[in-house]
Amino acid sequence: MVRRKYRGPRLWIVLSPKWQSARARIRQEQSGAGPRLLLLALLAVAFWSGVFGLLYRVLRYFRGVAEIGDLLSTKLLGLALLAFSSILLLSNLITALSSFFLAKDLDLLAASPVHSIRFYLAKITETTLHSSWMVALLAVPLFAAYGIVYHGGPLWPLVVLGAFVPFLVLPAVVGTALTLLLVNLVPARRAKELLSLITIGAVGTLALVLRMAQPERLVRPEGFRSLADFVAMLQAPTNPWLPSDWAMRMLMNWLLHQADPIPVALLWGSAAAGLGLGALLYRHLYRSAFSKAQEGARVSAGGRWSGALAWLLRWLPADRREFILKDTRLFFRDPTQWSQLILLAVLILVYLFNIQSLPLFSGDQVPASVVTLVAFLNLGLAGFVLAAIAARFLFPSVSLEGRQMWLLRSSPLDLRAMLWSKYWIGTVPLLLLALVMTTVTNVILRASPFMMLVSLVTMVTFTLAASALALSFGALYPRFDTENAAQIPTSFGGLVYMMASVTLLALVIMLEAPAVATRIRAEQSGVAAPWDAWLVVPLLAALLLCVAATLLSLRLALARVRRLEL
Amino acid sequence: MITLTGLTKRYGSFTAVDGIDLAVPKGELFGFLGPNGAGKTTTFRMIAGIILPTAGRIQIGGVDLVRQPLIAKRRLGYIPDRPFVYDKITGAEFLRFVAALYDAQDASLERRIDELLDLFELTPWKNELTESYSHGMRQKLIIASALVHRPEVIVVDEPMVGLDPKGARLLKDLFRQYVNRGGTILMSTHTLEVAEGMCDRIAIMQAGRILARGTMADLREQTESSGASLEDMFLRLTGGFREHQLDLILEA
Repeated sequence: MVRRKYRGPRLWIVLSPKWQSARARIRQEQSGAGPRLLLLALLAVAFWSGVFGLLYRVLRYFRGVAEIGDLLSTKLLGLALLAFSSILLLSNLITALSSFFLAKDLDLLAASPVHSIRFYLAKITETTLHSSWMVALLAVPLFAAYGIVYHGGPLWPLVVLGAFVPFLVLPAVVGTALTLLLVNLVPARRAKELLSLITIGAVGTLALVLRMAQPERLVRPEGFRSLADFVAMLQAPTNPWLPSDWAMRMLMNWLLHQADPIPVALLWGSAAAGLGLGALLYRHLYRSAFSKAQEGARVSAGGRWSGALAWLLRWLPADRREFILKDTRLFFRDPTQWSQLILLAVLILVYLFNIQSLPLFSGDQVPASVVTLVAFLNLGLAGFVLAAIAARFLFPSVSLEGRQMWLLRSSPLDLRAMLWSKYWIGTVPLLLLALVMTTVTNVILRASPFMMLVSLVTMVTFTLAASALALSFGALYPRFDTENAAQIPTSFGGLVYMMASVTLLALVIMLEAPAVATRIRAEQSGVAAPWDAWLVVPLLAALLLCVAATLLSLRLALARVRRLEL
Repeated sequence: MITLTGLTKRYGSFTAVDGIDLAVPKGELFGFLGPNGAGKTTTFRMIAGIILPTAGRIQIGGVDLVRQPLIAKRRLGYIPDRPFVYDKITGAEFLRFVAALYDAQDASLERRIDELLDLFELTPWKNELTESYSHGMRQKLIIASALVHRPEVIVVDEPMVGLDPKGARLLKDLFRQYVNRGGTILMSTHTLEVAEGMCDRIAIMQAGRILARGTMADLREQTESSGASLEDMFLRLTGGFREHQLDLILEA
């Protein structure tokens, strides 16, 4: 029998389990997850509406500015697309490593007769979709606002697709090529850690540089020497060699009715050429890289600090001490975990920089009552930051025990000891952070001793409660199926936890508000406020609320962990 | 049907497979034995085309696996020791997908899928997502998937793990009939009784090398142990535990 030249299965066949899985997931979500979907949909709509509303107002304002309005809109779009490009490149680097080298289906596909080009196209499609969906969702209100303000017309969505598809493909091609080269140099698992570190370092540096550059000056033309300088700055291209600039020009050309085929040709031409070159690189490097990816990286344990910590904790019962040591070792031996501390440090720095940038002491003398009010409102911000940190580091702690739960449940371990260890190992650093953050921001704000005391007591008790809530919601909504701790807080349970802790924070602030108002009124009238019932009762009520939330949450967590069946 | 020539795999300074030469003819069930870390799975993963050899050649039916991977792989069915199945697709969808990967989507495919699912008693779960399958059911589905495209060679790593006695017996009968009809099987196992009862020839590996190979009679001759069981020969070749080590641990 004469057969056609065999070229392996077609692209859609290689991709079919992915879309079949996606379809099954959607069906599962639809059956029995109504309230959850509704909540997520409401949040998404609220977020989209918020971003759209803000952009709509800004663009309407820009459009009304004579001479430079369109330039401002173009610049804003260019900046947004540049930010998207950076996020996409970093995200593609990490995703390409997973989909090309670490995914569980690779053995099956590598053992089957799939043609190398189709394998590359299938995996790059998967990489692009996985790394770009969030940016694509974020871009919807952006493009909608531009389309509406500039009357993009019914073809606007198609023009956006025409610009956005190659814009998404290019970082995927570059990210995949870089990952391919990297895995040829170091084993894949080590490369994953290296990439996480690079990514987080890059994001942190970017955030710090952007903040320190004080972008708010851009919307204050009076800061420039002349209007000509300002216009020249706006007219200068962001970077003519970057796809973000080509996409910006293609979209703005449509909106401003300018005919210029060059950006379209650059976008699509470079995407096609990139795919071709990427496939060539893949053909030459992938098989050896994949073989290398099967090697495990040998990592030394590094026991000195671990021994020191064991010595410091020698007063604890053995089970609690060993749990703390185990969790500390796991955290610090996994660069994907501890590297997030870098990002955290950057965010705290940006937060402190923002507080320092408040125009409280740069001009005329601000009354003490305003400072007290700002210091009080700062509690909300600091509380939110602490709750978010608890979400990242405490919420996943029960889930991370999932694969070992058989060991814990079959051993004579008291689950109270496990929870106790997990609670304090997360809470102690968080408490230290809360104390430092509150003290430093109050010193920057030159807050009164009263506000310093209220802030410190509130932050300490709220931190204790937020940690307990994180642990409790983490036990109520465990995710035993994921190996990546950073993904766990982004689950539905994580969202519910954040809503619960923000509600608690709002209640605490509302309870304390009358006491602070009494104090502000006294400062305005220049008399010392007495420590009477009006001042003490609200503060005590807030304190009791936090203590109650802590104890109840911990009891709930214990009950839930005892009932967990795996 | 399978020819390995100087097959070598190195990971940095560590040599996992060290210059293996082997020829397994059509219609033979060849068993690989060896202690943990001997290099069996690495060898099988190279034969399945998952990892590249550092040196040496692999030929499947005369076709070089590295030079003509698509043609060589079409002749092969691979059953890994840790099977992966997509969680969110059904058993039938998985078999259809594997058939499509191997270009085996002919008119009789649906009937064959039904027959395979029926054989492995998976018919009631045909349209259920595989995430609800037990470990043994997943193992059966993987074995069915290795047969769906009618391969000429099956490379199977630890096939009995997770199977119930009925499933294990079914697999033994299936492999025997497959070989009797001209198929070739390369199988690794830690169950010496299985190897002794099923395999036409056996190789015992350690530290990436084949220490002895042949029929049971050949192995007895090579190990100079007439009448010895496979277990005795295996332990003699690979160096079994020492009595005093047991005493030390149990009396501690």
